[in-house]
Amino acid sequence: MANLSSVIAKFYNEYTVHTPKRLKIIDAYLLYVLLTGIIQFVYCCLVGTFPFNSFLSGFISTVSCFVLGVCLRLQVNPENKSQFYSVSPERAFADFIFAHVILHLVVMNFIG
Amino acid sequence: MGMGGFGDPRPKRSHNADKHGLFSNASGWKSLITFTVLALAWISGFASRLFAVIRFESIIHEFDPWFNYRSTAYMVQHGFYNFLNWFDERAWYPLGRIVGGTVYPGLMITSGSIHYILHSLNIPVNIRDICVFLAPIFSGLTAISTYLLTKEIWSSGAGLFAACFIAIVPGYISRSVAGSYDNEGIAIFALQITYFLWVRSVKTGSIFWACLTALSYFYMVSAWGGYVFIINLIPLHVFVLLLMGRYSSRLFTSYTTFYIMGLIMSMQIPFVGFQPIRTSEHMAASGVFALMMAVSFLKYVQTILTKAEMRYFYMVAVVGAGSVVFFTVVLLTYAGVIAPWSGRFYSLWDTGYAKIHIPIIASVSEHQPTTWFSFFFDLHILVTTFPVGLWYCIKSINDERVFIVLYAVSAVYFAGVMVRLMLTLTPVVCVLSGIAFSHLLGLYLKEEESPSSQDSDSEDDGSSDKSSRNLYDKAGKLRRMRHEQMKESDGLGSNVRGIVVMAMLMMLMMFAVHCTWVTGNAYSSPSIVLASYGQDGSRQILDDFREAYYWLSQNTHSDARVMSWWDYGYQIAGMANRTTLVDNNTWNNSHIALVGKAMSSNESEAYKIMTSLDVDYVLVIFGGVIGYSGDDINKFLWMVRIAEGEHPKDIRESDYFTERGEFRVDSEGTPTLLNCLMYKLSYYRFGEFRMDYRSTPGFDRTRNVVIGNKNFDLTYLEEAYTTEHWLVRIYRVKKPDEFNRPRIPLSERKIKRSKIFITKKTNKRRKGTIKNKPTVVKGRKPTKTA
Repeated sequence: MANLSSVIAKFYNEYTVHTPKRLKIIDAYLLYVLLTGIIQFVYCCLVGTFPFNSFLSGFISTVSCFVLGVCLRLQVNPENKSQFYSVSPERAFADFIFAHVILHLVVMNFIG
Repeated sequence: MGMGGFGDPRPKRSHNADKHGLFSNASGWKSLITFTVLALAWISGFASRLFAVIRFESIIHEFDPWFNYRSTAYMVQHGFYNFLNWFDERAWYPLGRIVGGTVYPGLMITSGSIHYILHSLNIPVNIRDICVFLAPIFSGLTAISTYLLTKEIWSSGAGLFAACFIAIVPGYISRSVAGSYDNEGIAIFALQITYFLWVRSVKTGSIFWACLTALSYFYMVSAWGGYVFIINLIPLHVFVLLLMGRYSSRLFTSYTTFYIMGLIMSMQIPFVGFQPIRTSEHMAASGVFALMMAVSFLKYVQTILTKAEMRYFYMVAVVGAGSVVFFTVVLLTYAGVIAPWSGRFYSLWDTGYAKIHIPIIASVSEHQPTTWFSFFFDLHILVTTFPVGLWYCIKSINDERVFIVLYAVSAVYFAGVMVRLMLTLTPVVCVLSGIAFSHLLGLYLKEEESPSSQDSDSEDDGSSDKSSRNLYDKAGKLRRMRHEQMKESDGLGSNVRGIVVMAMLMMLMMFAVHCTWVTGNAYSSPSIVLASYGQDGSRQILDDFREAYYWLSQNTHSDARVMSWWDYGYQIAGMANRTTLVDNNTWNNSHIALVGKAMSSNESEAYKIMTSLDVDYVLVIFGGVIGYSGDDINKFLWMVRIAEGEHPKDIRESDYFTERGEFRVDSEGTPTLLNCLMYKLSYYRFGEFRMDYRSTPGFDRTRNVVIGNKNFDLTYLEEAYTTEHWLVRIYRVKKPDEFNRPRIPLSERKIKRSKIFITKKTNKRRKGTIKNKPTVVKGRKPTKTA
């Protein structure tokens, strides 16, 4: 148990010290989306999924926002520069916006 | 025609080669060659698909295309939203069919939007012509997307080869000739472009490409049920890459973006609905998605912790997460949240499954297992060269080559299970053969560097590229290289090289000839217009189908209900515009079984079923006069089997076989067979028919026997129409007041009559008759009776 807490403490320290500010903003966004998703899930467990397409579109839109946010975070992370040699941070953000436009058009169609 | 189409490219290409001197800029030269080859592949692919139009006319072929055509025409006429809400009361009488929700609308939308664009440009094209020529046009797009895919995987030279192969390979032409207006025609294009975009997005890791992959996947979902192949193959690729330890952030971004966008997009198609989260076929994808999330989280933790114990922890976590996902899916399936696999998918794993449990799937000839012969017939030389390409890919493997290897292996398996799935094998065979040919010619045509240097990736791109062009283009450059080779002869002598190159060119030429021959002879028949060749080579067109359907549309009431076997449902609806009981959308097995039962029981039993279904006309296909083998008597056993599946008490398959287990219609056939409705309708009055004065009457040319039951009358039906060559026979079902009751011999009658009374009622005169009414004949004196 002590091991686990020390690991978490170390993790926290590493994170606060070494993560660039830009990534921290994205992480805050991710946390917000994650909480939204959890609230939606709890709501559906308590109340039910009656308009199933509405629930699905809401939930999937949250999941995809999260996923796209993670992808953006991976792409703008300077440590991953070697993997995404063709993707500059600006390009990554443009792609992110492009994906969101498509996604929310579909979600609006699906939500009914 | 097609021969000329394919013969064309070679001279043209050498013409390009002569221009080479003018182009000092290598890249411009390269793109010109690429562009020309792709354009010629498009043109030759288009041209060789036109056999049917030139030999017959511009019509829609076969069965399913007729439905697609009918619904496209409906959509163009009534608009998209009315099409989505279309309830077709003319099919599946008395049930009807919700067309908008039970159809993949991609095909109709594609041709409908082409029609819309052309009309807004003031180009008046009939929707039928768009439907007829849609598949050949899309074959060109398929060639281009195959080129792009192969270029991503290997090199652009191999891509050009693959594009040329797929333009003319019979395995693909079989589903995309002009007039064959079916989902597969556009679906193969969607399949290839999705795979190309997927490979591209794995390579770059860009969200943009992953979004495009999801969009083209959406198009594929809207077009064909085979999208399930994509949604299982791509997760399989990701999973194998994970197992190989080839995880990268690029893989994460491309897969997760593709999956989640593809998921929500695929649910926009009404026919697919909530299936992507409800059925087992789609569960692999979500499992891999969850696994991917877990792995990436672990990787992230790893970057911060960087400890040796992480590795151990990592393995445990991966295995744990995988098994948790698997067991969740299994549990949910048992709990009933996720639907288990559908019958068609079971039949992919267990080839005997369909035969035992679902005769309706097994009865379709394209669901039969593939024979070795058809592999060669459809792919010719490619079937031998594609393992070579596969080997090259395995030898120098990377992320995207793993994909093509998995694609090849799974497609080979599925093609072996079902003839129909040859279609998914064909593109990958073309890709791999393109690689093989390009690589081999690279070895034998290129002299500047030693062949062993080919292995490295970057060089490979340039060199095999160049060499493939050498093959295709130019005698001129080839000769120059020979000279160089004289100077520094390494390993192989010029003779050996020459022989190998010549042999390969010969093979390619034979391939082109074979493709044209197969296309012309095997795949270009519209099957609603038949052609027969006389002994002097003259051609005779048998247009019986359209004759019969036209008769139906002109001579029957517009609400008339026509009973036929389900194969002809779409054609009757499309051409005759009459209500059918069952059609090729075989969604209701018991309804089909009822029709099968009516066809396979005797006349009085069948009459009960037919009155309960309000049947007005019965249509049967009979090929005994012209020797057409696809007629209803040859399909009859399937009707019996399907009927037996639902009504095992009334119909038994064994009743239709002789004691030696043969199915025969001659005098040795079983009485059940010789008296069933299908037999009677097929052979009614056939006993009097003789082909010419030498042949015996009632000789069936399809089965080469003299039929067993020659002289019989129909009680409950009457012949309404028989076409010129007896191919289609239409019978009218009599109303209960019309048919004559069976005659009871005098000795058995309960009520004896002193006088025999003969009624003079006929169909035309239904007035009452008066006993002992004096008969008056014009111009003669009435004879005195009283």
